[in-house]
Amino acid sequence: MTEILAGRLSHAPEAAPGIRGWRRLLSNAGVIIALGILALILTAALAPQLITSAQPDAVAPAEAFQAPSVTHFFGTDESGRDVYTRVIFGAGNSLLIGIAATVVGLGLALVLGLLGGLAGRIGDFVSTRIVEVMFALPGLLLALVFIAIAGPGVVTSTVAVGLSTAPGYARIIRSQLRSVRNASYIEAATVLGHSQLRITLQHILPGALAPIFVLGTLGVGQAIVWASSLGFLGLGVAPPAAEWGAMLSSGRTYIDVAWWLTVFPGLAIVATAASFTVLGRALNARARQEVRG
Amino acid sequence: MTDSPILTVRGLSVHFDRTAEPAVDNVSFEVRPGECLAIVGESGSGKSVTARSLLGLAPAGAHVSFDELSLAGETLPAPGSRRWRKIRGASMGLVLQDALVSLDPLRPVGREIDDVLRLHTTLSRPERHDRVLELLDAVGVPDPALRARQRSGELSGGLRQRALIAAGIAAGPSLIIADEPTTALDVTVQARVLDVLSSLRDSGTAMILITHDLAVVSRIADRVAVMSRGRIVEAGETRRVLGAPATVPTQQLLASIPVDVPRGVPLDLRSGEHTVENGSRDASVLPELAARGPRSAPLEPTAKTAPPAPAPALELVAVSRRYPTRHSAAIQALDNVSLTLTAGTTLGLVGQSGSGKTTIARIALGLETAESGDVWLDGEPWGSLSARERQPLRHRLGAIYQDALSSFDPRLSVERILVDALSAGTADAHRPLTTTDELLDAVGLPRAVKNRRPLHLSGGQRQRVAIARALAPGPRTILCDEPVSSLDVSTQARVLNLLDELQRHLGLSYLFISHDLGVIRHMSDTVAVINDGRIVETGLTDEIFAAPRDPYTLSLIAALPRVRG
Repeated sequence: MTEILAGRLSHAPEAAPGIRGWRRLLSNAGVIIALGILALILTAALAPQLITSAQPDAVAPAEAFQAPSVTHFFGTDESGRDVYTRVIFGAGNSLLIGIAATVVGLGLALVLGLLGGLAGRIGDFVSTRIVEVMFALPGLLLALVFIAIAGPGVVTSTVAVGLSTAPGYARIIRSQLRSVRNASYIEAATVLGHSQLRITLQHILPGALAPIFVLGTLGVGQAIVWASSLGFLGLGVAPPAAEWGAMLSSGRTYIDVAWWLTVFPGLAIVATAASFTVLGRALNARARQEVRG
Repeated sequence: MTDSPILTVRGLSVHFDRTAEPAVDNVSFEVRPGECLAIVGESGSGKSVTARSLLGLAPAGAHVSFDELSLAGETLPAPGSRRWRKIRGASMGLVLQDALVSLDPLRPVGREIDDVLRLHTTLSRPERHDRVLELLDAVGVPDPALRARQRSGELSGGLRQRALIAAGIAAGPSLIIADEPTTALDVTVQARVLDVLSSLRDSGTAMILITHDLAVVSRIADRVAVMSRGRIVEAGETRRVLGAPATVPTQQLLASIPVDVPRGVPLDLRSGEHTVENGSRDASVLPELAARGPRSAPLEPTAKTAPPAPAPALELVAVSRRYPTRHSAAIQALDNVSLTLTAGTTLGLVGQSGSGKTTIARIALGLETAESGDVWLDGEPWGSLSARERQPLRHRLGAIYQDALSSFDPRLSVERILVDALSAGTADAHRPLTTTDELLDAVGLPRAVKNRRPLHLSGGQRQRVAIARALAPGPRTILCDEPVSSLDVSTQARVLNLLDELQRHLGLSYLFISHDLGVIRHMSDTVAVINDGRIVETGLTDEIFAAPRDPYTLSLIAALPRVRG
């Protein structure tokens, strides 16, 4: 993912949004669909009762393994729990983990990136070495190592996913800061007589970091997939709670008799991740267009 | 020349938008073998679109129509047709302006030329190799065997441009279309590139030269077509058109050339035509400012009466600077350079690229330190200060750069750029202009540009914003580093006139850096000529131009293209 993100960033968006650009953004059908899906998922996360009246953990052994029908849109699982309700309630967990993990990753990356991009030679050396060590392990493996040390759970799996995305962001932040710092307009600001602090706060940081938040949107989708992977491995949310990855994992046992146990949580993961990606790409493209005119 | 024309164009029109005015409007001309037709005009006059349409390369969204468009009697194919592959490179060669972006930075230039030969000839590999070296030699590239292996980034601008010409002529096309082939080059390099093009023309190749530089035209073109707003307004023998221009656009182009317009005389612009660039101009702003200004009267550069001579605005004393290199000994970028900029005057610094002009600018601005020697600003220490000590004094010295666009934070609107600049410097600084509106008025920009970003402004407008920004902290001295080099002649003339006017009203001192002798002569009271990091000659502008003593100065002046009427 890092390579893809870094590639996109070479055309880093540097402009603040303008009204014309937003209109163009909304004329894209894919973006409309993505926004619709995200609105639905957000509602499910914030107020699941609006979309379903049932309870996610209500067990009804008599109704186990019912195929999708009018009463159970997505069918029921081995304990007779309504899969539709569980997918809706799972949105909160998945979204929270995805966003929180991205925030953790960006936060850590900001510290490392600022150290590398602004703090002189020693700071850069320290930050670059740390990032290289983190890069040495593939993302998911890094997350697993962290969970192995800290133990499974919602908080640790969130931090673990954040940790594994951090080195990619850190490297991008560092190179953004360096390229903006050497831009002609920073030199022009120096010649005008602005102080170094003011130039850093007013020109370097906004110019370098604005694109990172667009990237963050792309990152949330990725983080949700990773968090679900950890849930699938039983390292995330504890089993009875509704979480898409955990649902996939437990449904896997019955995949030959009850396909709906895996298909619907899987679809939810794919739809959410894809929506964040579509939105992130559109934001990125729009910002680039803004700079080009 | 009684041959039949190699290229015939009749009734060529290009529309971008059905409702708007056409970019090219009913243009007709023809070119014969061994003839050079120059198409001249300001930027935006449609000359480049015309050239591209001839090659079937009109920009996306363009609608091209014509009555006749034929090469050697055969009608040219529609854009996008596969037949173009046989024509481009083989029958028609294209030489573009910017060799750095036209050449693949990752491949040796020899390969670029070899590509053309591979596509359009039946030569074997070793034969092609020999031919590449011959071609490079023919366009005046020294040591072709070495250069063919280098990438475009390793070549100088002049060599790159010549390599591009070599690629353009490799397959022996009967027509060469050259779009501003020498615009980005120094005068001496330009002269050599023009020699190459002339000899090609003399050997029977037809040529279309697109340019805004009439001096280049007068050197090489047999006939000229002047374009304005998409139309050919005047065409004929070069001598006739340039010697006795019959239409206003031609006269304007001629009058905007600063070569022989002496210091202090505004460049002629023919009133009424420049509203497009400037919008309305409140002419009363500047005289009023002069009354508020620090100096009561405009300074006469030759005033010898006042006994206590004021400290020089900027002084470099025996400045030297070396840059380490990986391979061999350090490069001596500046060697014992001394310059004195008298307050209220302009010191022109002229030299080719690589001569050390930019290093002087950076040292004068305190962005780099000299290895030895000293820099003084208004008679006070400047070069010896630390960055922290220098910052509160920076408002005294402004700067204008060649590439105005990249000197602006891309996120900011014009208004925010100017507000940001107004907030720079110290409170006790004397500021003749204190609001964004005053700044915009002073540089002749309509106030409506405030909400736009520099990206959406024209080149001339951007440079005006840059000037306004430089004025904001209230500087007494402004360093102008090639401020008009990327502008076309008439825009250039307007910006130069503005700088002149600001100097007279605000009592500014300019260190004016340029490779363009014409511009230097027009702007400067005194001139310093730099070559290989050394000042080879300094003196009053008129004296240096009338009687250059140093052989290098002499060669620069001799290479200066002039319009021969």
